[in-house]
Amino acid sequence: MNKEPFLQVSKRRNKAGWQERLLIRFIALILALIVCGAVIVALVKMNPVDVYKAIWDGAMGSERRIWQTIRDTMVLLCIAIGLAPAFKMKFWNIGAEGQILIGGACSAAVMIYAGDKMSPVVLLIVMFVASALGGMIWGMIPAVFKAYWNTNETLFTLMLNYVAMQVVTYCIVFWENPKGSNTVGIINQTTQAGWLPELFGQKYGWNVLIVLILTVGMFIYLKYCKQGYEIAVVGESENTAKYAGIHVKKVIIRTMAISGAICGIAGFVIVSGASHTISTATAGGRGFTAIIVAWLSKFNTFIMVAVSFGIVFMNQGAVQIATQYGLNENASDVILGIILFFLIGAEFFINYRVKRAKK
Amino acid sequence: MKKALAIGLAAAMAVTMTAPVYASDDSESGAGIAKEDLKIGAIYIGDENEGYTAAHMAGIDEMVENLGLDDSQVIEKTLIGEDEGCYDAAADLADQGCQIIFANSFGHETYILEAAGEYPDVQFCHATGTQAAASGLSNMHNYFTNIYEARYVSGVVAGLKLNEMIKDGTITEDNCKMGYVGAFPYAEVISGYTSFYLGAKSVCPSVTMEVKYTNSWASFDLEKECADALISDGCVLISQHADTTGAPTACETAGVPCVGYNIDMTSVAPNEALTSASMDWGVYYTYAVQCMLDGTAIDTDWCKGFSEGADKITPLNEKVVAEGTDEKVKEVEDALADGSLHVFDTSTFTVDGKELTTYKKDGSDTEYISDGYFHESEYGSAPAFDIAIDGITSITE
Repeated sequence: MNKEPFLQVSKRRNKAGWQERLLIRFIALILALIVCGAVIVALVKMNPVDVYKAIWDGAMGSERRIWQTIRDTMVLLCIAIGLAPAFKMKFWNIGAEGQILIGGACSAAVMIYAGDKMSPVVLLIVMFVASALGGMIWGMIPAVFKAYWNTNETLFTLMLNYVAMQVVTYCIVFWENPKGSNTVGIINQTTQAGWLPELFGQKYGWNVLIVLILTVGMFIYLKYCKQGYEIAVVGESENTAKYAGIHVKKVIIRTMAISGAICGIAGFVIVSGASHTISTATAGGRGFTAIIVAWLSKFNTFIMVAVSFGIVFMNQGAVQIATQYGLNENASDVILGIILFFLIGAEFFINYRVKRAKK
Repeated sequence: MKKALAIGLAAAMAVTMTAPVYASDDSESGAGIAKEDLKIGAIYIGDENEGYTAAHMAGIDEMVENLGLDDSQVIEKTLIGEDEGCYDAAADLADQGCQIIFANSFGHETYILEAAGEYPDVQFCHATGTQAAASGLSNMHNYFTNIYEARYVSGVVAGLKLNEMIKDGTITEDNCKMGYVGAFPYAEVISGYTSFYLGAKSVCPSVTMEVKYTNSWASFDLEKECADALISDGCVLISQHADTTGAPTACETAGVPCVGYNIDMTSVAPNEALTSASMDWGVYYTYAVQCMLDGTAIDTDWCKGFSEGADKITPLNEKVVAEGTDEKVKEVEDALADGSLHVFDTSTFTVDGKELTTYKKDGSDTEYISDGYFHESEYGSAPAFDIAIDGITSITE
C-alpha cells in the first residue's frame, strides 16, 4: 500500500514577505468573522451583520465610547510593553497582574496618605515613581531567585499574583470607605488630588502620552540598544550568551526590573488616570490578556498598538451586544476566542508552506 | 408624630435642595416629561442569573407595565463592576438620552456620584447607598426597602418551625440554635440578621443564633461551605444574607430547614425551604419614574416596607412550615404595616445584659432610639442597626 499524504507540510526556508504575511492574516480574520457569523446565527438566530454593527457602535459609537476604547487600549498596551522584554528573554513573566496591583496600590497609598500634603504636580510624580518602584520590586523578586537559584519563574510570578491580591485585600481594610463596605470607592473625589489632569482638553490625554512614550522607548530599547540585543541573545540561548561574555544573571534581573516597573506604571495609569480606586479587580485579568498581545505582536511595540486596540474594541463591543440584544457578555468572549484562534492559527501558515502532495 | 415630622423635614430639605436647579433649568420646571419621551437607564452588578439583580430587573419590568411604557424605553446594562466601568456606563446612558438612571450595587455609589455631578439634568438613583443627602447634589438619590421588616416576618416563620421541632422532640429548648450565612460584617447584614433573630425570638424565646461570614456577596461554594460549617456546629435552622442558593442546597442535603433571601428557594430545597425574605423593587421604580412624569422631586432617601408593599416574604412552603404559620404571618405583617409593631423594640432584646436606651453613631448626633424602639432606616435609606445584641454569636475569624 502506497500511502501518499494528501497535503505536504514543509518549513518555509525563506521568511514570508510582509505582504504575504499580511494577506494570510487578513484571510484569517475574514474566515474568523464568517465562522463567528455562523455561530451567532446558529445559537441566537440573529443577523450577524447587526451584531457586528452593534460591536462597532459599542466601541466607536460616540466620542465618549471612542475615548473609553482608547483608554483601555492604552492600559493593555502599557502592560504588553512591560511584558515584551521579559518574554523576549524567554522569561515567562505571568505575574503582570501582581505587578500592576502593587503599582496601583502604591499610587493609591500616596493618594490617600499624601493627597493633601503636596502640590498636585509633585504628588503625581511621587505616585508615578512609587508605582514604578513597587512594580519593579515585585518583578525583581522572582528574577533574583531565577538568576541565583534557577527557580521556576512561571510558578513564582504566578504565585506572586496571589500574594499581591492579598496585599491589596489587606490594604482595603484600612482604606475602605465607608467602613465595612469592603470597597475603597473613588479616592479624593472632591479634591481630585492625584488624578491625572486633562491634556489638550482630553480627560485621558496623559494616559495616551505616557503609554506612547513607552511604546516608542521600548521599541528603540529592544531593537537598537545593546541591552536589547543582550535580551535577545539570552532568550535564544543562555550558553551562547555566556560564551559571548554576557553577564546572564545581571541581564535577567535588569530586564525583569524594567518589565515590573512598566507593569507598575500600568497600575499608576489605571489608578491615577482611569479608575481612581483600588481593588483586587484593578488588574482585571489584563495582565494575562497582555501576554497574548505581546506574543501576537512578536514583541514589536507598534504592532501591539493594533492588537491591543483590536482586543479592547471587541470587549467594548461586547457590552453593547449585551445591552442591545440581551445577550450575555460571554457572547463576545466567544467571538473574540474564535478570532484569536484563527489569528494564532495563521501563524502556522506563515511559518510553514502547505502544498498538495505531488503524485 | 415624630416620624411625620422627620418625613416633613426630609421633604422640606429635598425641596430646598432642588429649588435652585429647578429655577435655573427650564426643561425641568414644567409639568414633567411626556411618557413617550422618557428614557430610563439601569446599571446592574449582575445579570438575570443572580438573585439580587434578577429582583431589580423584575422591579423594572413591573414599573414598565404599571406605567404603560414600552420596553424599548429602558436600557439595561448588566455585569457592571464597581470601578470606572460603572462611571462609563452611567455617562454612556446619559449620553443616550436617559433622564433617569438607576444603579443597584453598593460599590457603584462613588461612580454614580461622579456622573451625577457631571450631568445635573439627569436623575441618578442608587440602591443601598448612603451618600446622596450629604453630597448636596439635588439629582442624586438613595433608595432601599425596609428589608428588615421582611426578615423579621421570615424570622417569625422560622421561630414557629423551631417550636414545632421542640414539640416533636427533634430538638430541645436548650439546643435551639439557628445559623446565619452573612456576606460581610456590615450594618446592612447586621441589621438583617438581628431582625431575623428578633422575629424568631418573638415566638420562640429560648432561641440563639450563630453568624458566619463569607466575605462575598455572591459565592455559591463559600455559602454552601459556610452553611455546612454552621450545621456541624449544631445549628438546627439556617438563614442567609448572601445572594446565591448555596445555603439552601447545603440544607436540603443535611435535612435542615432554611429561610432564603431574594428569591423563592423551594426549587433547590423543596423539603427544607420555609420561605424567603424579599423585596419588591417595582414599588420604588414605579414611584421614581412617576415622579419624572409628574415633574416632581424624587425623595433623596426613600425607604418603605410592608406599608407600601415594598417588602414581602415569598409564598410559604406549606409542606415544611409549622401549622398556623399563615395566620401568624398575616397578623405580624398587618402590625408592621400599621406601625403598631416595631422590629427593633428595645424591650425585646438586650445588649451586654442591659436594655438599650440610647444609640448614636460615631461622629453623628442622630439619636436612633426613642419611643422605645430603634428607628431603623428613618434617617437615611440604608440600614443603620449595627449593634451586637445578646443571643447572637458572630464569628469573624
